[in-house]
Amino acid sequence: MSIFEIMGPAMIGPSSSHTAGAARIGRMARLLFADKIDRAVVKLHGSFADTAVGHGTDRAIIGGLLGFLPDDQRLRSSFELAKNKGMEFSLEEVKLREVHPNTAQIILYNKEKAKNLELVASSIGGGRIKVTEINGSTVELTGRMPTLWILHQDRPGEVGIITSILGSYKINIAFMQVYRNRKGDIGSCIIEMDDQPNQDVIKDLEKSEDIFQVRYLPRI
Amino acid sequence: MEYATIKELVSLAAAAETSIWQIVLQVEAEEEEVTESDVRKSMLTNLEVMKEAVDYGRQNNIQTGGGLVGDEALKLEKYFASTSEAEQNNIYNKIITYALATAEVNAGMGKIVAGPTAGASGIVPAVVLSIGEYNNLSDQKLVEALFTAAGLGYVVSKKATLAGAAGGCQAECGVGAAMAAGAAVELRGGSPQMAADAFAMALKNLLGLVCDPVAGLVEVPCVKRNAFAAAHAYTASTMALAGIESVIPADEVIMAMTEIGDQMPTCLKETSRGGLAVTPTALKIKADLQ
Repeated sequence: MSIFEIMGPAMIGPSSSHTAGAARIGRMARLLFADKIDRAVVKLHGSFADTAVGHGTDRAIIGGLLGFLPDDQRLRSSFELAKNKGMEFSLEEVKLREVHPNTAQIILYNKEKAKNLELVASSIGGGRIKVTEINGSTVELTGRMPTLWILHQDRPGEVGIITSILGSYKINIAFMQVYRNRKGDIGSCIIEMDDQPNQDVIKDLEKSEDIFQVRYLPRI
Repeated sequence: MEYATIKELVSLAAAAETSIWQIVLQVEAEEEEVTESDVRKSMLTNLEVMKEAVDYGRQNNIQTGGGLVGDEALKLEKYFASTSEAEQNNIYNKIITYALATAEVNAGMGKIVAGPTAGASGIVPAVVLSIGEYNNLSDQKLVEALFTAAGLGYVVSKKATLAGAAGGCQAECGVGAAMAAGAAVELRGGSPQMAADAFAMALKNLLGLVCDPVAGLVEVPCVKRNAFAAAHAYTASTMALAGIESVIPADEVIMAMTEIGDQMPTCLKETSRGGLAVTPTALKIKADLQ
């Protein structure tokens, strides 16, 4: 751990969990979606719902969806900026089951590609976050290390192909999780690495026949 | 090189005949595999953010989420302007003004440096910047004091918690005051052991402090508490510089803080279900806000 986690981060107040963490959740959703966000539905649960306005949780999440970092002064005026940029959004309260008190459910839409993404993420203290669900699948994604999110065919040897490509580029895997909803369905793989992968690594992974999507998520 | 306790930090500094900040800087550079000059640069960026927050908070009436605070530093500035020169030069007055300024900027969605948390972000800058101005110290010296504060807080984070939700406000403003006290000692020329004593004395006196924010906002009692804790930190540093020692060593005070935090009821740990948060006035404020 770095001392800058104690004397830092520089951030927009008033709360590391309800403001900085909320901005990071929004930004993580944007990175996962990786397409223009035409519309966002943000649902707040628990303490996020109870104290959203006073803590700027709502503005911070929308700001994060616009790509702003937790120390960006524009977080304060994110509602107005979202309108200017043509991103529609709505905010509502929700009661989710068995989640952290500071949790948001976010649904993003892109009209052109008729595409959407749904995620559930929590702010777990000190500005740290955890994505716990993507499109209905349970995951655990923190953004503390460079991360790859890969969708692939669930079949024997597929995970081995992914890890050998990373190995061939001398990228060390720190943590790795593999999920699927059903056997033989689409598998979802989250890989946290010590090093940042370059474009060649991502291209090589994308070329592999049973890999459907490769998304790189930098440290947030 | 590494340190996990305040005692180790003091021993390392004493053995190398240097200050705590030097050890903290060196370990950070080693651990993160960057140069000391880069670490200094990052901390200088934090110092700039702190200065901007103080300047803004002193001069502006700030709109906050709950509207319960926002013009406290401004009121002090106006009040001091009408007082004697001796009063204006009193370092405590500077400290409390700067702490309020930063805490108000935080409450108003302004930019601050969380240290150890956003809610307690006014304490360390108030103490460090005030001592700096009072003694005409360079930014480099102030950056070094921030390393002292960060290193002391780092030990707490390894051993205990810095979250009000887990340990009450003693873990936020209490630790903030302790970090600031240690930094103040080094900034004022004291030894590593004196910094540890100041840390221990400041934290001891805020043990048991609960986190009971009105309407769940980082406004009441948080903003004014930053001013009290900052003055408190300076007092601890002065006592340590005079050779007053803490009977209970710093590491044991941290242990006591953890134990008290564990024993503290949940309603007094950032849930707004007890203490000030359930007073008739607080409940009315909460209802009005919703």
